Amino acid sequence: MKQLYTALLLLFVSVAFAQTERGNMLIKGGNVLTITRGNMENTDILVRDGKIVQIGKNLTAPAGFQTVDATGMFVMPGIIDAHSHIAIDAVNEATSPVTAEVFTGDAVNPFQVSIYRALAGGVTAVHSMHGSANAIGGQCETLKLRWGVKDPERLKMDGAPRTIKFALGENPTRVHGSGNGIVPRTRMGVEFVIREAFAQGKAYMEAWDKYNKEKTQKGFRGAPPAYNYRLETMADIIRGNIIIHCHSYRADEIYMLLGVLKDYGVKKVVFQHVNEGFKVAPELAEFGAMASVFSDWWAYKFEVYYSTAYNAAILVRNGVTTSINSDDAELMRHLYHEAAKSQKYGQLTDDEALAMITINPAKQLGIESRVGSLEVGKEADIAIFKNHPLSVYTVPMFTIVDGIVRFNREKDADDQRLFVDPKATIDVTLYQNLGHNHDNCMEGAEYETARLFGTFNKTEQ
Amino acid sequence: MRMRNILSTAVLAICLGLSVHSIAQTAKGKTGTFALTGATIETITKGVIQNGTVIISNGKITAVGTNVSVPAGAEVIDCKGKFIYPGMIDGGSILGLSEVGSDPRTNDYNEVGDVIPQVKALVAVNPNATAIPVTRVSGVTTSLVVPQGGLFSGTAALINLHGYNPDQMFAGFEAVVMNFPQTGRRGSFDRRSEDDIKKAADKSLAKINETWDKAMQYHKLDSATKGKVEYYPQLQALLPVVRGERTLLVDVNAANDIKAAIKWVQDRKIKKVIFSGVAEGWRVADELAKAKIPVIAGPVQSLPTRESDRYDRPYANPGLMHKAGVTVALQAGDRNMNYRNLPFHAGFAAAYGWSREEALKAVTIVPAQLFGVADKLGSIETGKSATLFVCDGDPFETKTQVSHVFIEGWQIPMVSRQTELYDEFLERSPGTKK
Repeated sequence: MKQLYTALLLLFVSVAFAQTERGNMLIKGGNVLTITRGNMENTDILVRDGKIVQIGKNLTAPAGFQTVDATGMFVMPGIIDAHSHIAIDAVNEATSPVTAEVFTGDAVNPFQVSIYRALAGGVTAVHSMHGSANAIGGQCETLKLRWGVKDPERLKMDGAPRTIKFALGENPTRVHGSGNGIVPRTRMGVEFVIREAFAQGKAYMEAWDKYNKEKTQKGFRGAPPAYNYRLETMADIIRGNIIIHCHSYRADEIYMLLGVLKDYGVKKVVFQHVNEGFKVAPELAEFGAMASVFSDWWAYKFEVYYSTAYNAAILVRNGVTTSINSDDAELMRHLYHEAAKSQKYGQLTDDEALAMITINPAKQLGIESRVGSLEVGKEADIAIFKNHPLSVYTVPMFTIVDGIVRFNREKDADDQRLFVDPKATIDVTLYQNLGHNHDNCMEGAEYETARLFGTFNKTEQ
Repeated sequence: MRMRNILSTAVLAICLGLSVHSIAQTAKGKTGTFALTGATIETITKGVIQNGTVIISNGKITAVGTNVSVPAGAEVIDCKGKFIYPGMIDGGSILGLSEVGSDPRTNDYNEVGDVIPQVKALVAVNPNATAIPVTRVSGVTTSLVVPQGGLFSGTAALINLHGYNPDQMFAGFEAVVMNFPQTGRRGSFDRRSEDDIKKAADKSLAKINETWDKAMQYHKLDSATKGKVEYYPQLQALLPVVRGERTLLVDVNAANDIKAAIKWVQDRKIKKVIFSGVAEGWRVADELAKAKIPVIAGPVQSLPTRESDRYDRPYANPGLMHKAGVTVALQAGDRNMNYRNLPFHAGFAAAYGWSREEALKAVTIVPAQLFGVADKLGSIETGKSATLFVCDGDPFETKTQVSHVFIEGWQIPMVSRQTELYDEFLERSPGTKK
């Protein structure tokens, strides 16, 4: 029976791999910023079957290989956004303070034009996250921006570790405590909700472990424990199979979660937003927790009032693996610029700044052995910029995923939609929020929006 | 003993290097006579001066050039290798009117009512708003504070980001704010039918027209009675606009709305008008240019207004309008207190087709001219207000450090709550141990 499953799994995997397009190319003459192995001027990168096979000078392209002329340009690993909500049609399952059983991967939408727009900002992979309405939200999906594929499964980064969204502070207390009159209404309640979920998950895990051990013994007659996917997920977190990505702002709540995780022996945690991470940077470093932050967002709600744009620099200087994220379809178009702000606020080096949008978010998603730097053997997810990527004047020129050019500024057509809504009227402007929407994390849980504009029904980007 | 303590403290402070900086900082501004020597001066209006000096005295720039003598008693600030620019002017913010975005008790930019031009931003500006120092230490020294919401939202005010009461901060320009009725959707969440959208826009436009007609009547009555007309605060606030003495600041974004707004303004022969936002200005740039209506564009770092639009339209928008002949100033347009990013919005416009020089004017002399304060702000010239900053590179470049800011001759302490938190927490003590 087990062999059959393995065979089926192998078949499935091979089918999935066969579907993923992988390119062959030679990128000529760029200033190569490897992130992990220094910088090399006038250097070529040879890509075969979607992977980097050689980095060096004067390489020649085998017959049939595409050549990308990067002379005078800057070639770096594709940008990875560890906090995004693009390419998914549902963000919040805001029906319970704990919804560990749901997946954003079930709502992937390859037609959102935001995918293309992110590519045009040098982004090649995103962590499409559940929202922050629940103390323990749903599981998230790591996607590669293979713009053009129409099968949602083919956007997924096969083999990327499982991740789950947690959320502390104002959002879960507003939705559940203030909105529904149930725990949590306070940060005390958030701690309890999370602790209770871990306690139940642990009991569940132990019951199953006991059953699995006993059932192999001769004469065993017991029944298996009732299956519960929510608790199964909690058990998988305790087993170390899922990385927690926790929406958080205040130092006290960050410290609180570290305490809960210590009690359950959970080590894999990335704090998201973590605006007051700078206040508990030594604790984060000691725990081995990572941080994924905004460059400079603040003041949009009380829990981000005591923020500082120096947050990233303080975290890095204290030894915390830190990334810069977007949480926003607009901001994600210029994460290279957001990373550069850590040079204005804290004078980080070029390598430190660029690591925060490449290898560090890769570490936070557990995909650092595959992407996040330019190294032989790694997947050819590459962004090519006109000027140094930390300059405000730079322009992303090519974005490559698995050795396939998915964005080429020279060949960019105005209208990049893959799906055109036949009912949409052309001359009615889709007047987006022009500033940043700082509550993207609350998408699907925003009663204010619904009250203002009628039923909230997110069916398009 | 006491003296020795002071001495040893001083020695210790000097030895600590970096921390002496924060200890020595005072949160108070300082005025007097300053000589900023040896700098590259981008005057904006009179070219670039290499190895030049700027003298500041009594709040004004008293000399600019290479052959300038330093007055006796002046505090000399060595600017060798550094650059001097006029303070940047942001063309639309809620600075001082908002403290915490989600908390209505801290927000004073959106009064009840559709037609309330009489409510004034200036009276509600909190000189001690946390965001004010955060903004000014980045070289953004001046901001147009704009009431939001409704049709006539109130009266905007230009303020300098230093002072202890609104009158000290006032920079000499006010404008009546109008939100032109939108025929576009407000976002993907806006599920109203096209009919409903049109009805709502028509209703709003009717209300605006009615208000304007009343204001015209009021103007005639006021003129006929030599000011003895009955108290009517809404119309009184519109009088200077009707008479062409005060600017009407029209927030408008969609192409069709911009066209409609141009016609509306022309039909009423309104003399002083600025359009604000103009996200789709590039679509109707020729019309805007022909109508000679200047704009305050932005935010530049924003998403295209339509799914079908090229991804970089918002970045290119200011440059495209300027190329067509429109006078363009910029705004960061960020409702979440990141007006410090104004130079980056300008930098993005420059990266995507505009010239850096024009983008620089769009955050300095152009808004100063639009606001009628070019005699004081927007360039480095003798006789102008000493509102400027010193930095170590191109002010649009992300990593450039601003080292000194002067606002109306006051040397601004280079601290904000954000720098104070940095100083306290970079090397936190105690660390993880009790």
